[in-house]
Amino acid sequence: MSIPFYVAPEQLVRDKAEFARKGIARGRSIVAVDYGDGVLLLAENPSTALHKISEVYDRIAFAGVGKYNEFETLRKAGIRQADLMGYLYSRDDVTAMGLATAFAQTLGVIFTRDPKPYEVEVLIAEISDDSSEHRLFRVTYDGTLYDERNFVAIGGKAEQLMEALGEVWREGMTLQEALTAGTDAFRTAEGRDPEGWEAAVLDSRNGRRAFRRLTQDELSE
Amino acid sequence: MIDRPLGPLPLDAPIPGSSFSDLLQSMGLTPPMNLPPGFSVPSVPEGTTVLALKDAEGVVMAGDRRATEGHLVAHRSIRKVFPADKFSAVAIAGTAGLAMDMVRLFQVELEHYEKIEGVRLSLDGKASFLARMVKGQLPMAMQGLIVVPLFAGYDEREATGKVFTFDVVGGRYEETDFGSTGSGARLAKSYLRTSYEEGLSADTAIALAVNALVAASREDTATGGPDLLRRILPNVVRIDAEGLVEVAEEVVFPLAEDAVEKVR
Repeated sequence: MSIPFYVAPEQLVRDKAEFARKGIARGRSIVAVDYGDGVLLLAENPSTALHKISEVYDRIAFAGVGKYNEFETLRKAGIRQADLMGYLYSRDDVTAMGLATAFAQTLGVIFTRDPKPYEVEVLIAEISDDSSEHRLFRVTYDGTLYDERNFVAIGGKAEQLMEALGEVWREGMTLQEALTAGTDAFRTAEGRDPEGWEAAVLDSRNGRRAFRRLTQDELSE
Repeated sequence: MIDRPLGPLPLDAPIPGSSFSDLLQSMGLTPPMNLPPGFSVPSVPEGTTVLALKDAEGVVMAGDRRATEGHLVAHRSIRKVFPADKFSAVAIAGTAGLAMDMVRLFQVELEHYEKIEGVRLSLDGKASFLARMVKGQLPMAMQGLIVVPLFAGYDEREATGKVFTFDVVGGRYEETDFGSTGSGARLAKSYLRTSYEEGLSADTAIALAVNALVAASREDTATGGPDLLRRILPNVVRIDAEGLVEVAEEVVFPLAEDAVEKVR
């Protein structure tokens, strides 16, 4: 019988984190921008078939970067969770806070328990009823949950994007202004022309289901 | 049993499909639908007449507002016509409690599928699923708790309105021009049979739907006519390529006034 090599927990966690970060850095980033009436989610995505942004519930949206199959699993699980809660209790009982905690818990368990952590970072956005303060949550590969204000970025270029957005974001922007701010931030952060956009909004003017994908026409304006 | 909704995400749901009802069932969250043998069904509210008819560009669905319990009126302003999703509506007749729960599950099912898959189910797909739900109620139906929905919507692929009727065993029938279910269905259909024409305008179809409900209420005590004094009016929805719209009370009120006067 062979004795497994001893690996210090610090080393193990560091290795896993480095592995996950490398995977995430390979993918393209996503930003979410608060624009008064709602939240804009903007991703650099050359594919028009594989989505990174999705509707989760009436006023909640999800976006994921990293390995497609992994954040897709999380996305579906999130929708299942939200629909279960809303069906068993009431539609009002489904909140971004609850979902973000569930995502954090799930990713945290996977990070510590599984040999390979998920190489993903996810973003959960929720618009408020009175468009005063929309909620933006970010969950990293190890299950750390961040509560963000006004704008947030996830993915390999998150830091640069946050910095670029910090310079242009102001309160009460229109959707068009938010879109310009987002696309400009991408150009600054990446230092090149992006290869295609995927964008969606959560807008309180859309009725009960606030989520709406922006068409290519709207994006090219 | 219900440890899921508050715990971590259902990553490894036993049935990882796109169906919400299957998910509920796989997690043991659906109540058993079998009543013990010899169980006598208590008197429960029942919904009555609902109808749907095609027009030139879409489909109109309407329902009266009464629910009965035996010979009594259980509710006088119940809602029996519901939006199912952006392009379809479902109306219910029969045991109100079960039917409303079925509608709620059906609504979640359609939205769940759309979110998971990124596309809406086809109209036929929605109708098939509803038929499956009706079939699932069969044990209850055998004991007298019957639920028979009516389904109508706009088929985005064929660019036309469609009406589906069902029977208790889950049979699904696509109607060529109109359909109705509930206690006053026969009367409403008789009225429609004499007045319906192909290619009606939306406004005419809405007026016709209200007239047919009033006609049914004239002979069927379980169907409630419009109560103009209390403004209890039929629920009417219309669906076309633009989606579903609830016909406003201001539009229905004069039509109901007219129908009460005109329909003998």
